[in-house]
Amino acid sequence: MNGPALELVCPAGTPAALRAAVDAGAHTVYCGFADETNARNFPGLNFSRDEMAAGAAYAHRAGSKLLVAINTFPRAGAEAIWHHAVADARAAGADAVILADLGLLAYAAEHQPGLRRHLSVQAAAANADAIMFYAETFGVKRVVLPRVLSVEEIAAINRDIDVETEVFVFGGLCVMAEGRCSLSSYATGRSPNMNGACSPASHVVYTEEQGELVSRLGNFTIHKVPKDAPAPYPTLCKGCFSAGGQTGHVFEDPISLDAAELIPRLAKAGVTALKIEGRQRSRAYVSAVVKSFRRATDAIAAGRPVPVSELAHLTEGQSSTLGAYRKAWR
Amino acid sequence: MRLTLGPMLYNWPADRWSDFYARIADEAPVDRVIIGEVVCSKRLPFYQNQIPEAVERLQRGGKEVVLASLGLVTLPRERKMLAELAESGLPVEVNDLTMLRYLAPGTHFTVGPLVNVYNEGTLGFLAGRGATTVCLPPELSFASVAALAAAGAQLGIEIEVWAFGRVPLAISGRCYHARLAGLAKDSCQFVCDADPDGLAVETLDGQPFLAVNGVQTVSDCWANLAGDLAPLSEAGVGSLRLSPHTGDMTEVARLFRAAADFRIDPDEAIAGLAALAPERRFSNGFLFAQAGAEWTH
Amino acid sequence: MAPLSSLVPQFPQVGARMLAPLPLGPLSLLLGRAARGMATRHPGLFTRLGAHSEKRFLIDPTDLPFSFLVRPQAARPRIEAVGALVSPTWDCRIAGPLAALIGMVHGAYDGDALFFSRDIVIEGDTEAALALRNALDDAEIDLFEEAAESLGAPGRTAGRQLRPLARAASQFTGVALTRAEDLL
Repeated sequence: MNGPALELVCPAGTPAALRAAVDAGAHTVYCGFADETNARNFPGLNFSRDEMAAGAAYAHRAGSKLLVAINTFPRAGAEAIWHHAVADARAAGADAVILADLGLLAYAAEHQPGLRRHLSVQAAAANADAIMFYAETFGVKRVVLPRVLSVEEIAAINRDIDVETEVFVFGGLCVMAEGRCSLSSYATGRSPNMNGACSPASHVVYTEEQGELVSRLGNFTIHKVPKDAPAPYPTLCKGCFSAGGQTGHVFEDPISLDAAELIPRLAKAGVTALKIEGRQRSRAYVSAVVKSFRRATDAIAAGRPVPVSELAHLTEGQSSTLGAYRKAWR
Repeated sequence: MRLTLGPMLYNWPADRWSDFYARIADEAPVDRVIIGEVVCSKRLPFYQNQIPEAVERLQRGGKEVVLASLGLVTLPRERKMLAELAESGLPVEVNDLTMLRYLAPGTHFTVGPLVNVYNEGTLGFLAGRGATTVCLPPELSFASVAALAAAGAQLGIEIEVWAFGRVPLAISGRCYHARLAGLAKDSCQFVCDADPDGLAVETLDGQPFLAVNGVQTVSDCWANLAGDLAPLSEAGVGSLRLSPHTGDMTEVARLFRAAADFRIDPDEAIAGLAALAPERRFSNGFLFAQAGAEWTH
Repeated sequence: MAPLSSLVPQFPQVGARMLAPLPLGPLSLLLGRAARGMATRHPGLFTRLGAHSEKRFLIDPTDLPFSFLVRPQAARPRIEAVGALVSPTWDCRIAGPLAALIGMVHGAYDGDALFFSRDIVIEGDTEAALALRNALDDAEIDLFEEAAESLGAPGRTAGRQLRPLARAASQFTGVALTRAEDLL
């Protein structure tokens, strides 16, 4: 069976990664400006205004699209920074902006009506009513679905809405509803919503203690990993803790999402676009993952089975999960 | 400043739940009570039938009553819950924007701390939709709270802050109580009822850190802004939210009432709150743009 | 949990043995020149590093008897070779097999993946390490080319002549001796 063409939406944290993504066959690349307006505000990462314009031109020459994520929640008293980012994304030639904040959506709809608006996963619109609220109120054309939904629920949502949906198929997995989590700021004072970084590197310390790799975030120990086990990110929700007399990964194991095998079912569920997480990753990651998933979307378009993924080495914990797409995850 | 008793976030047995609200109705000096289920739609059937009686008693006690709506809405059954709330005739607290689609245009509503209100633009949008009171996200610093209180004054919106109780930090599709018990969420056996203030989560060093409450994660520390009321009041904050916990919530409300009226000084308020439950750790770091777990007094 | 699997080949022992007796003084001179050249050719590095360009990075190839102290500072970029017995002060230490470190610079390996697999170890200022990693990844530096450039015109000529050899050696050993994009 030939499915509908699926759009592959790929991450780029630097111009080099953007070129790697486009060259590897990304239909669409998403990026952010080098400041607090985007949810991957990491040191050394992201795009200046000039780099964004050059990136858009590079993508467009290859027939790819460029999306700009402006998906943190503007700080009271400093909304102009976010407003400028929307205007600058348009000036750079972006095909759409990815927004999460109500106020910013209202601003963009009013002041940049011609600029296509996508709803960021950080808005965590997890049902058809919420999605239609954003569509009707702000003219949002596409919604990135939160990672709490099963494939069946995604299919049901798509039956009830008349905008596009985009779902994550690979990369880091938020366990909590996205954009509604203050774990990071509870431990460090900095949060994804306010500062654009979860468990920020500035507050991470790694030490070797009695043969174990210990990672601390702020004042709290997140992991102790023996020598022969994969090292995890010091992400709070994937830490090892004690609760109720048990010790382990109370919230989620340090693994990441790989839903390649679900692509045919996601296509049938009416999904428009597949998203790869990882703007903080290198051009080596981007190139390998995009190539692999482009083979998968091409295979589906041609009615062939999805080739087996060989990306385990790039994933946290060196192993992967289907996450909430499988209902038992809950 | 007014006092608001937030919704009961934990899974309490129905009788204990009713007794709690009866005492609040009769004795606690709070101006407003938010009542209903925010965390898990599966908990609601246990006490749903007792809500009308509690509402009536609270109203008789002179309290303004607002019905809480669910914090994370995914299932069709949960959307139906919202539709029913919208038709209840009582004001509703929006805890997930899904609720907005069910409120008729022009309906007044309040906004809970799980909705992302970080700036003037968002506040203005919600005011335009009929919001009257907004409880800000607990992670906001004093600078943001002050800016939003000023904007709220312009818009005619009362600004509320999370002043007492374990801080709601995250909500998820996954139930951690069930996961810890080796159960699936759909067949959870309501194991969360064993932890009326949440189940403690410690680091590998044995340091208290968080607590799980079904699909919700809350802080280990009890937020406590009793020592920070003067600047908050001066900034124009109109209301303080106290989150229900075990222990003497009526006395908690009395202490906050006295502190907010500046009849007792901050030290006395904090000492009084500490004496009620000496084992609890306090925090107010978010207000100072520090780690939320920090405690400055 | 999945068994741990390393991502990188060992740098051939022959190569490591050849590098081992290098006199560190002259090596540091060459490295200093290379650092200044790199800074001129890749000004974007400093924009991405921001305040972190003032920090001291100890790049420690665990299969070599010496390590590199890198101070990117825009005014006077320096790379110094330091012997195993010297313990210089540093803000951030990145350690791992030479093949991993070179491969990361050349875009053959993903830094996070090397961290997951325990091929590299990060100590000290984690934020500085991240900034350096991201800045280098964007700069698409080719160390082979940089080495040739730092030797002036004769170096450039030699570089052109030796490039196919370097590529062949990369393919043979699995160590990315030049930029990954050139090895495709």
